[in-house]
Amino acid sequence: MASITPLRDAVAGLIRDGDTVALEGFTHLIPHAAGHEIIRQGKTDLTLVRMTPDLIYDQIIGMGCAAKLIFSWGGNPGVGSLHRFRDAVEQGWPHPLAYEEHSHAGLANAYVAGASNLPFALLRGYTGSDLPKVNPNIRFIECPFTGETLAAIPSIRPDVTVIHAQKADRRGNVLLWGIIGVQKEAVLAAKRSIVTVEEVVDSLDAPPNACVLPGWAVSALCPVPGGAYPSYAQGYSARDNRFYKEWDPIARSREGFAAWMKRHVLDTDDFDGFKRVLAETAGREIG
Amino acid sequence: MTDRQPDFTATEIMTVAASRLLRDGTVCFVGIGLPSTAANLARLTHAPDVVLIYESGPIGAKPTVLPLSIGDGELAETADTVVGTPEIFRYWLQGGRIDVGFLGAAQVDRFANINTTVIGPYDKPKVRLPGAGGAPEIAAQAREVFIVLKQSPKSFVDKLPFITSAGYLDGGDARQKAGIPGAGPTAVITDLGILTPDPVTRELTLTSIHPGVTVEQVTAATGWDLKISPDLRTTPAPEPDALAALRDLQDRTARAHGQAAGGEG
Repeated sequence: MASITPLRDAVAGLIRDGDTVALEGFTHLIPHAAGHEIIRQGKTDLTLVRMTPDLIYDQIIGMGCAAKLIFSWGGNPGVGSLHRFRDAVEQGWPHPLAYEEHSHAGLANAYVAGASNLPFALLRGYTGSDLPKVNPNIRFIECPFTGETLAAIPSIRPDVTVIHAQKADRRGNVLLWGIIGVQKEAVLAAKRSIVTVEEVVDSLDAPPNACVLPGWAVSALCPVPGGAYPSYAQGYSARDNRFYKEWDPIARSREGFAAWMKRHVLDTDDFDGFKRVLAETAGREIG
Repeated sequence: MTDRQPDFTATEIMTVAASRLLRDGTVCFVGIGLPSTAANLARLTHAPDVVLIYESGPIGAKPTVLPLSIGDGELAETADTVVGTPEIFRYWLQGGRIDVGFLGAAQVDRFANINTTVIGPYDKPKVRLPGAGGAPEIAAQAREVFIVLKQSPKSFVDKLPFITSAGYLDGGDARQKAGIPGAGPTAVITDLGILTPDPVTRELTLTSIHPGVTVEQVTAATGWDLKISPDLRTTPAPEPDALAALRDLQDRTARAHGQAAGGEG
């Protein structure tokens, strides 16, 4: 049963150094607040998993919390490169980052396999691509029925999955809608899970086919309104495209990045504090 | 270029030429950036019933402004339905329901293989690019593939450092032999012209050149000895209606986002 917990306590209690952690979200509902809390608490040696690592992973990697990244597309959506991710891969700063690279179809299937309690995912994939040459976790097997060759990759079973969602009821049931990515599969594949939500309501009013994670399938539920910023929560907030562009020059230099992170994340108490400081330094309203 | 200034830009004719290839009613798996612009232009002009599917989950998206990223709310709000990412790749793409995969690329080679992973060696990359995303399976499993990108010696290279997504591999029947289901890239649309694969060797051949562009310009922008079709034609200039629709779309997008539609995402 999900306990309604402050985010700080959930991250302190559920994420351990060395864990495999997935903070999922496909442009929408990205758990930025939880990512910042991981950085504030100085978690180390994490294996990060995500189909589309973007700004929050750039920040976690740049702050030295990650030892390895499992991913399929790493960039600043609509803008360009992730400079901290690239610096870690190209120059080993702040320390070398191991990485395991897949396609979206591969990782989506690996989460499905994890949620389904299977050891590996099976797909028609990767044929003709060089990815299997550089990733020993992409292998090919023969179909026992037809003899066809199919791709296999190990299932993803994170120690902890973190997602953001629109709302939860007081019993801890979580409802999300819009672009829901692989969040449901990532939570069900994980040993433990943290869900931050825009609001806690008396009743979810969810239609029967809605994407609902029952409270008993979630470890911790944390009310963090606007916790996806600068990403968005459909029905609650818009994507702050300006911040995605502003991130590019911030992340370009190591020094500029470190100073920005200290002021906006390390020296603030929580996500509200981050947004207050950002509003000051950016000279505009935030979230 | 001729000395006469054309009344459209190289990017505009590339986008219009790419959009023309999309027939009405086609089910199209759309990449972000140039493919998304071209696919939406087709929907707003000659192909109102084209079905646009984005890898983030929207099926039948009808955005009024171009998405900046692949997961913009506009795509979800205007779609017939939004499904999870596993379903998009498992049921819709792998299930064989996609007519056209519309992709961008950082680099292509003469057999229309695509690189979006690294420049330089994989373990010590000179430039780390964003990576595969959905492209390897889109390139393999859509019935056919259109690729749209700007042409330069850096983007049209003799030897790719990394094949992210298969075109025709080593050419000839290599793709078929590898067991890849879709027909592969049937057109590469650039800011200079249109390249199509030779029916036998599968080598990309310049079959259409945009107005005002010279063959020398195209060969100079290609990192291999580019084959030129003996029947080389000139791409028709953008129809005024299409050009107006494209500019309206981009103006609306710029007003909504404070910038033109962005890159991959």
